Amino acid sequence: MIGKGAEANIYLSGERVIKNRISKAYRVRELDEALRKTRTKREARLISLARRAGVATPFILDVNNPDTTVEMSFVEGLQIKKMLNKASKKDRLRICREIGRSTGRLHSNNIIHGDLTTSNTILAGDKIYFIDFGLGEVSEAVEDKGVDLLVFKKSLRSTHYKFEKECFKAFVEGYSREYKAYRDILERLRIIELRGRYFTERF
Amino acid sequence: MERNLICLGIEGTAEKLGAGIVSSSGKILANVVKYHSLVGGIHPREAAQHHAENMKATLEQALQNASIGLGDIDIVAFSQGPGLGPCLRVAAVSARTISLAKKIPIIGVNHCIAHIEIGRLLTKAKDPLTLYVSGGNTQVTAYTEGRYRVFGETLDIAIGNCIDQFAREMKLGSPGGAIVEKLARSGSYFELPYVVKGMDLSFSGLLTAAIEAAKKQKIEDVCYSLQETAFSMLVEVTERALAHAEKKEVMLAGGVAVNRRLQEMIALMAREHNAKFLVPPKNVLGDNGAMIAWLGILMYDSGVRHKIEDTMVKQRFRTDEVEVKWR
Repeated sequence: MIGKGAEANIYLSGERVIKNRISKAYRVRELDEALRKTRTKREARLISLARRAGVATPFILDVNNPDTTVEMSFVEGLQIKKMLNKASKKDRLRICREIGRSTGRLHSNNIIHGDLTTSNTILAGDKIYFIDFGLGEVSEAVEDKGVDLLVFKKSLRSTHYKFEKECFKAFVEGYSREYKAYRDILERLRIIELRGRYFTERF
Repeated sequence: MERNLICLGIEGTAEKLGAGIVSSSGKILANVVKYHSLVGGIHPREAAQHHAENMKATLEQALQNASIGLGDIDIVAFSQGPGLGPCLRVAAVSARTISLAKKIPIIGVNHCIAHIEIGRLLTKAKDPLTLYVSGGNTQVTAYTEGRYRVFGETLDIAIGNCIDQFAREMKLGSPGGAIVEKLARSGSYFELPYVVKGMDLSFSGLLTAAIEAAKKQKIEDVCYSLQETAFSMLVEVTERALAHAEKKEVMLAGGVAVNRRLQEMIALMAREHNAKFLVPPKNVLGDNGAMIAWLGILMYDSGVRHKIEDTMVKQRFRTDEVEVKWR
């Protein structure tokens, strides 16, 4: 086992990563099974779609849904979460711009990531890989794309607070380059934030 | 610490009015809570009226329980936000009055952080990831480098609000949360909308679907499924935040934390991650003045000083706005 995420155990076997969505004792059986199966299926499907859209992701090698297991190629690299605060300003902005570009590509293909954070993006060589599509979906809705951006913005705020503003600005630069409808999504992001319970103009 | 300071804390963010008295050694000398009885939800102005009418008696009761006089109070703290404007202003005006009349320092505190700090005091948690769930708030927070960071929160209504509104629509009586919990014990599961966005969640669609489902399904089954769905969402985002923030303790806080099923679920999740599960005593889970007083002491001792002009209420006071100097 190489990792224990919130919802899955991750094993490495040669060059293959085996991601097993394990049963959760706290959930009722029906809900537990439904969530694990849907997410396993979605993850495999969305990773393939994302690759086709030109976003770096692992290769899907096998899906075994009765066991809620996905096998994919191993991406050797570092989670953005672990390096962003230590990176030089130039690298930091370049990485965020690149995450923005890839997100723009996803959104122009109506692919919603669902959990876009610096934990789910990996720097390998000079590429940024996107992983963990289990909460994602295919959707044209401006709202869903706006929430994707909000989730990313909040991961900057909670984990890279010193750089939130500059990083998000760089993200938007990359995003707007790849996605024509970016203005609508940014406008919706603002509306979603205003709807939130704790939004203050300061942020 | 030079001497044992005594702080009076006034809580008034929503329907509860609280007056608590705590010493700087962490002893709770009094903790009086009065409720504005709810018919059809909280009406901010009526709740504020209730607080204004009951303020004097509540403060006197707290002083009497602590066997001290107003002259023995060294600091006065109040809930500055987040909360309902009219209610917040009653607490603020009372605190300012006491501060000016008795010439003692005033401290405006963040209500959400007060829940976390009273929990840490009483459970002895060192550095917990906290799931704070109440009628008005739903947040997953953890401390990193000088602030309580918000990892997850509701995108629309709070979990307590969701359950209370459901109970009101179904005319189940009050307190809604306890009645739903009891009915759920003999229910069985059917599917309801499950909405998690990264570490954030949304309850408004779930509420609408539960009200709709109640037209056809047994009320026990709806209560059970509502709880199971909502709580699974909460536990999932807490679990994700735990993995993300890499903490070793999980603490529950807020009024909804009294729910036994939620406690059980969080405990199961924590065990799986080898994290310690902690829940503060029931009398400080709901909104109360003692938590406001205790945070007032922590802030004062760390050098925070507020002038009267710093004590404007903040209805949307964010947890991560406050610089934490006491840790």
